[in-house]
Amino acid sequence: MDLFEHQGKEFFAQYGMPVSPGEATFSVDEAVAAAERLGTPVMVKAQVHTGGRGKAGGVKFAADLDAVREHAGNIFGLDINGHIVKRIWIEKASDIAEEYYASFTLDRSAKKHLGMLSKEGGVEIETVAEENPDAIAKIWIDPTEGLTEAACREWVAAANLPDAANEGSVDILQKLYTAYTGGDADLVEINPLILTPEGKVHVLDAKVTLDGNSEFRHEDYAQYDETQPRDEREEAAHARGLQYVGLDGSVGVIANGAGLAMSTVDVVNQVGGSPANFLDIGGGANADVMAGALEVINNDPAVKSIFINIFGGITRGEEVANGIIEAMQRVAIDSPIVIRLDGTNADEGRAILAPNLNDKLMMEETMLDAARKAVELAS
Amino acid sequence: MSIFVDENTKVIYQGLTGSQGSYYGGLNAEYGTQVVAGTHPKKAGTDVGGVPIYASVAEAMEATGATATCIFIPAPGVQGAVLEAAEAGIEFIVAITEGVPAHDEAYFFNKLKNDFPNTRLLGPNCPGIISPGKCNIGITAGHIAKEGGPVGIVSRSGTLTYQALYELKQKDIGVTTCVGIGGDPVPGTSFIDCLEAFEADPDTKAVMMIGEIGGSAEEEAADFIKNHMSKPVASYIAGVTAPAGKNMGHAGAIVSGGKGTAAAKMEALEDAGAKVGNNPTEAGELMAEIVATL
Repeated sequence: MDLFEHQGKEFFAQYGMPVSPGEATFSVDEAVAAAERLGTPVMVKAQVHTGGRGKAGGVKFAADLDAVREHAGNIFGLDINGHIVKRIWIEKASDIAEEYYASFTLDRSAKKHLGMLSKEGGVEIETVAEENPDAIAKIWIDPTEGLTEAACREWVAAANLPDAANEGSVDILQKLYTAYTGGDADLVEINPLILTPEGKVHVLDAKVTLDGNSEFRHEDYAQYDETQPRDEREEAAHARGLQYVGLDGSVGVIANGAGLAMSTVDVVNQVGGSPANFLDIGGGANADVMAGALEVINNDPAVKSIFINIFGGITRGEEVANGIIEAMQRVAIDSPIVIRLDGTNADEGRAILAPNLNDKLMMEETMLDAARKAVELAS
Repeated sequence: MSIFVDENTKVIYQGLTGSQGSYYGGLNAEYGTQVVAGTHPKKAGTDVGGVPIYASVAEAMEATGATATCIFIPAPGVQGAVLEAAEAGIEFIVAITEGVPAHDEAYFFNKLKNDFPNTRLLGPNCPGIISPGKCNIGITAGHIAKEGGPVGIVSRSGTLTYQALYELKQKDIGVTTCVGIGGDPVPGTSFIDCLEAFEADPDTKAVMMIGEIGGSAEEEAADFIKNHMSKPVASYIAGVTAPAGKNMGHAGAIVSGGKGTAAAKMEALEDAGAKVGNNPTEAGELMAEIVATL
């Protein structure tokens, strides 16, 4: 789950990290009122789940309320990498002497937590990594040991920050690690972490991704779940508990298991088609789940044909076939369906489907043949 | 021969009293796996379909001589279950449960590595392990696999593993062991662990490896294949056309920052001398070609 910058800052503040006062706003008038309460100058910052906000004109300095009104007017509705700005964070402006970068994430290869600290902040860390890799100080942390103060000091020293920034950085980085582990984050990133002319280290931006699997021990994470960027189709699928990712094509895809669903999307592409979605209905394939999946796909106006790709493992072919037929009785489907059913008791399943086959419900022997048929019907 | 398990492996089921545990535990027993015990702190002395329940893994081990355990505990309890089993001295832990927080996985992976180096963990979020005809721990449908050899399978995906087993069976090709390592960010057992074991297993003559987008485990495996494996490998990587930044069903299956793409993984595997198919069927055909030359 990706957090908006302001949610990230509120999350950091819970762990005692210094962030600027600000307010999330949803209209130009709200933005101006917030700036009035905070006192100008302020920063007017687009809240979207994507990078490159500054370049796109989504982050502006406003010296007075007129400037707030002008910038907020321009930023609301702005398209930043396909994300439309619907909320703006108004934040008390900070004076900046220097900009740094700090983050924690899981290094899947080392299977340890990885902290990165650089005195070259304010630019994308990938760029720093490419152009000046020595400017990034890295620390690998064994989760069973945690980040000790001594290790943190050594790490900060390795980053060659000016002396004035050392103490403040050590303090913030230890809190950032606590936020990362205590909050079950996949990523916490501060870019930039700034040093003010007064010599204070301060959090100026926040990028936080939380692990959705940890929601059972973080009841308050439901609020973030509600603000995830989902298109209408993804929202409908999410409401039904389906694993769905919207794509741009015309072949609706339903498969059981993440790997098979990914593979199905690939095969549709390989035979010259374009999938409308990735949809994993999980290991089972009962009528309820199948009906929900068909509903979601049927509501996508771009879909011209539907490819149901099921491999029966523990789930038996006849159960799958009955599920499909029952689901089709519940949902009126507009597009023709092509089924590929294989695995356990596939023959029994196919026998159940056989009398129901027509030009709206077809069956193919193999995954490739079914993909070809679905693509042909979609074009 | 098989890797990690065989017909003598005695298995405890943590969570045998639950609906998933009793269902799959029952199927595993029916397949011929030595399902010797279940655990539940409050149900010691009872049984599930004749399988005795003990209060703890330690007690179950002492009573039955089990060396492996299979975890069907809900996600919040998996860390406790893994550590309990490791502390009791179990050799092989199979964690089927999906939805375990990544921080828990990173914690118990390192805890095992540091303090219990003789305990192997498979999973979490994996289908388990099957050595056809000998032992089936987890949720794989046993009858879709042909016993014997000469192929070993290792896979990050459940349904694609079944697909692979099935395609090989259709071609009358047997499998020594099929290991599902799972689709999570910190799998207890890696591709390399399995490749190493298959390389050392005299009955395994070729390996099928099924990967997917996200992380760099396939690239690391390719490096291992190139430098340490004499046996031929056929491979398939799912997610060629997956968009960046989106989790494709598995927590670990995500292309981020231009890293973890299927194309890079396929290239690394081809460079290592593996045969790479564009879809599961093609990978199965490539494996059939390899087997024909053995």
